[in-house]
Amino acid sequence: MKYVDEFRDRDKAAALLHAIEAVTEEIRPAKALQIMEVCGGHTHAIFRYGIEAMLPDAVELVHGPGCPVCVLPMGRVDDCVAIATQPGVILVTFGDAMRVPGSQGSLMQAKANGADIRMVYSPTDALAIARNNPEREVVFFGLGFETTMPSTALTVLEAERDGISNFSVFCNHITIVPTLKTILDSPDLRIDGFVGPGHVSMVIGSAPYEFIARQYRKPLVISGFEPLDLLQSVWMVLRQIADGRAEIENQYARVVASGGNAAAQRAIDAVYEPREHFEWRGLGSIDHSGVRFREAYARFDAERRFVVPGVRVTDPAACQCGEVLKGALKPQQCRVFGTDCTPETPMGALMVSSEGACAAYYRYAAKTV
Amino acid sequence: MKTVTLSHGGGGKAMKDLIDVVFVSVFDNPLLAPLDDQARVPLASLAQYGDRLAFTTDSFVVDPLEFPGGDIGKLAVCGTINDLAVGGAIPLYLSCAAIIEEGLPFDLLERMARSMALAARDAGVDIVTGDTKVVQRGACDKLFLTTTGIGVIRGDVVLGAQYARPGDVVLVNGVLGDHGAAILAARGDLALDAPIDSDCAALHGLVETLLVAAPNTRFMRDATRGGVATVLNEIAHAAQCGIELSETAVPLREPVKAFCEILGLDPLYLANEGRLVAVVPPDEAARALAAMRGHPLGLGACRIGQIVERRPGLVVMHTVLGGDRIVDMLVGDQLPRIC
Repeated sequence: MKYVDEFRDRDKAAALLHAIEAVTEEIRPAKALQIMEVCGGHTHAIFRYGIEAMLPDAVELVHGPGCPVCVLPMGRVDDCVAIATQPGVILVTFGDAMRVPGSQGSLMQAKANGADIRMVYSPTDALAIARNNPEREVVFFGLGFETTMPSTALTVLEAERDGISNFSVFCNHITIVPTLKTILDSPDLRIDGFVGPGHVSMVIGSAPYEFIARQYRKPLVISGFEPLDLLQSVWMVLRQIADGRAEIENQYARVVASGGNAAAQRAIDAVYEPREHFEWRGLGSIDHSGVRFREAYARFDAERRFVVPGVRVTDPAACQCGEVLKGALKPQQCRVFGTDCTPETPMGALMVSSEGACAAYYRYAAKTV
Repeated sequence: MKTVTLSHGGGGKAMKDLIDVVFVSVFDNPLLAPLDDQARVPLASLAQYGDRLAFTTDSFVVDPLEFPGGDIGKLAVCGTINDLAVGGAIPLYLSCAAIIEEGLPFDLLERMARSMALAARDAGVDIVTGDTKVVQRGACDKLFLTTTGIGVIRGDVVLGAQYARPGDVVLVNGVLGDHGAAILAARGDLALDAPIDSDCAALHGLVETLLVAAPNTRFMRDATRGGVATVLNEIAHAAQCGIELSETAVPLREPVKAFCEILGLDPLYLANEGRLVAVVPPDEAARALAAMRGHPLGLGACRIGQIVERRPGLVVMHTVLGGDRIVDMLVGDQLPRIC
């Protein structure tokens, strides 16, 4: 496949691994260096290609909080199920949100119990369902970081323009930067550098990460999603460490412009405003880490259109997703990993989605390849 | 447009007409003709083929009913034939039970029955008994078919996943995932046009060729729901051996690769309806491959991996990059990923 195979070339990977080994030796770290890949898409690629085990022992990857499905708290899933089960509602969602457990079950279970829940690949498909079912209330389960935020925003703007009144969004869009700050502030942090998200950065650009280099003195390299992208980004982070630099660098320049995508940013600004705080599964409540609709778009806000329980459900006590998300524990070091918490019966968020670090470990690596 | 109504399932004249016109006239064979409650098969006619009866059943509920490369009728015949064939059986007779949702266009039902008849004729099997039910709208989705098959296994054929042993070679008969991708694309709700035809085909001829060339074949399975990954996990578990795959050896069509890239799907888990996994001893592998490649349904046959001693019960893939990853069973369906 053109423009894909080039980024999966085994010889180039071997050369990059050689360079990674060389720079690691140059650093001579006293204990293993920890590099966090923030984005769930990166975690997925790392496991899919078996990258982790190819790296030197002195370089460890920590799988960060960038899987929007994983960090969705149970209370929000409960709210979503409550909306989905109201008479006349069609709930429309991305596929991988179907299995996320709430305290009363998942959307998959709600569907089996008779709720009309449909999977789509884009919010515009949800709007099409609203157009075709004018007598029904169509609610889109809006999920994701700045990657998916603009498409939801543009869909709402289109619904407004076309006067579609039976469409709304249950907005769970979140933003990664405040959460990175929380992780950097946590006392048990041991991260030496970051592989920064590619798709999010395509929208927001590189400027929002500057504080990581300036205030926290940690290198961050914005990375693409192909295996050679990731290897090169790891090498770039290590190069910075070896040079004693802490900068925001962009490995993914073929997609990410330093200023991001202005049109997408305008759509985001037009439609959303920051929430005071938003709950993250495993990490707790984080200030300004979520967005909601501005007053002008209140009628598209499913939370205001429907009665939702809005109950905060605490994570199970045994669950250590928070420590894993911060890199304090490896997935298999969690006390319920593979026993009480498995992909069949996930307890913690990280076991739910295929992008969740624990699910990926369980599926690809846990049994010690 | 003439449609099937509940009166076609009422047991009266309308039902008899439907059965006669739609099914009996196209299935047309002497065992079916008496239209008794059962088909009666002389034992001697079975015993000439071997010493064991193979008996299997499968239900087909595919949406949409017609898709590029096939339809539910062809699928219902080929699927059950394949379940017999991979056990080393010569498929002989099928039954067909149809559950029809009221309102189904008559000509669509006729088309599906003709498709079944054609697939059965091509495969040299007879559909010798059947049943028809019509249910209320919403009680089933358009048309469900169940086929049961009988075949006979030759005396010298012994197959089982537990016979796989380290050193054995894992073969497939062609590119993977075509059927699963074709169905997903044909459903239309992903708004992706993909030029992919289902691989739906009856594999008993290929199996016969393979067993002649590689008489010590350990095991075969058609890689339907759950794909090749699921079959390999079943083998690794049953044989308590490891299986090592090479990602670069897994045969995929370019459109299927692209389809999976866009949707975040893993082609190893996509369903196939005309692909089998065969485990053969190393000294018969070359002959097995050559024989498969000489058959129209095995032109793309290749070796994708081998049985190993280490990591018993696990399927491990050497990735295109040179890393390793575990290829596990899926918990449920594959779901498209968000980003």
